[in-house]
Amino acid sequence: MFIEPTSVPVMFAGPAGAPFADSDAALVAQVREGSERAFVELVARHHGAMRRIARSYVPSDAVAEEVVQETWIAVLRGLKDFRGEAAFKTWLFSILVNRARSIGTRERRSSPHEDPHAVDPGRFGADGMWSRPPERWEDAVDERLDAAALGSTLDAALEKLPPRQREVLVLRDVEDLTSAEVSEVLGISEGNQRVLLHRGRSRLRNELERSLAA
Amino acid sequence: MISLFARKYRCVEIVELVSAYLEDTLTRRQRARFDAHIADCADCRAYLEQMRLTIELTGTLREGDLSDAMRDEFGEVFRRMRDEGEI
Repeated sequence: MFIEPTSVPVMFAGPAGAPFADSDAALVAQVREGSERAFVELVARHHGAMRRIARSYVPSDAVAEEVVQETWIAVLRGLKDFRGEAAFKTWLFSILVNRARSIGTRERRSSPHEDPHAVDPGRFGADGMWSRPPERWEDAVDERLDAAALGSTLDAALEKLPPRQREVLVLRDVEDLTSAEVSEVLGISEGNQRVLLHRGRSRLRNELERSLAA
Repeated sequence: MISLFARKYRCVEIVELVSAYLEDTLTRRQRARFDAHIADCADCRAYLEQMRLTIELTGTLREGDLSDAMRDEFGEVFRRMRDEGEI
């Protein structure tokens, strides 16, 4: 019979006394030893990003959840052979993207050629200076909105991004992958990755400005 | 040092360079020109701050996404695979 290792807590105190979560590698090691708790923790940790990325390839939330679940089954089966030389996250998201792509029907027309401007060119004068400067929405984040409202605003804004921009953004800014890791997972050049990240972040800022500026 | 002949960046250029600035992939000269513009331009300073905030906010999406029902479901999948020796 398997016994949950209670001697290995999920949270422990960091050097400054602040709690921090186990690294992925530590959780993976516990999963290998049969810890269900560590597995669910690992799933929870990456679920938001995995669901959003899968969703950008497949037609419904339900199918996206299936892709995520299939990915975890593939991960568990492959864990015996996973050497841990590559970062776990890179491996995880490569499996996810491959599966999502294999069943996905994402239209390829969202090319890097669309929407080449970070900000609508109409907001600058002939001299290249702002004619309609950024509206201030930072205060809304601090003062007007609670976390739940902010979360749904952010999610709605993210949904409006072209899928290719969104997946780069999620991998970089939600999952904290490096630019090299993102390029590897998506099979794109680092130059392309940089362009997509720049457009995605710029567009997300625009969406936040539009929905939050008083 | 910025050459006396180096043209000043315009706001419309700053918004295209801001990601490279934050990723620290500008050349030293570009960075100096960027900093010089930002020092003079409150609107571009606000824009830069908003981009930083956007990135920070995206990072908060990591939390709280898996329902209890789904936790149970994943736990069950795991137990089944473990007990069948698939892991």
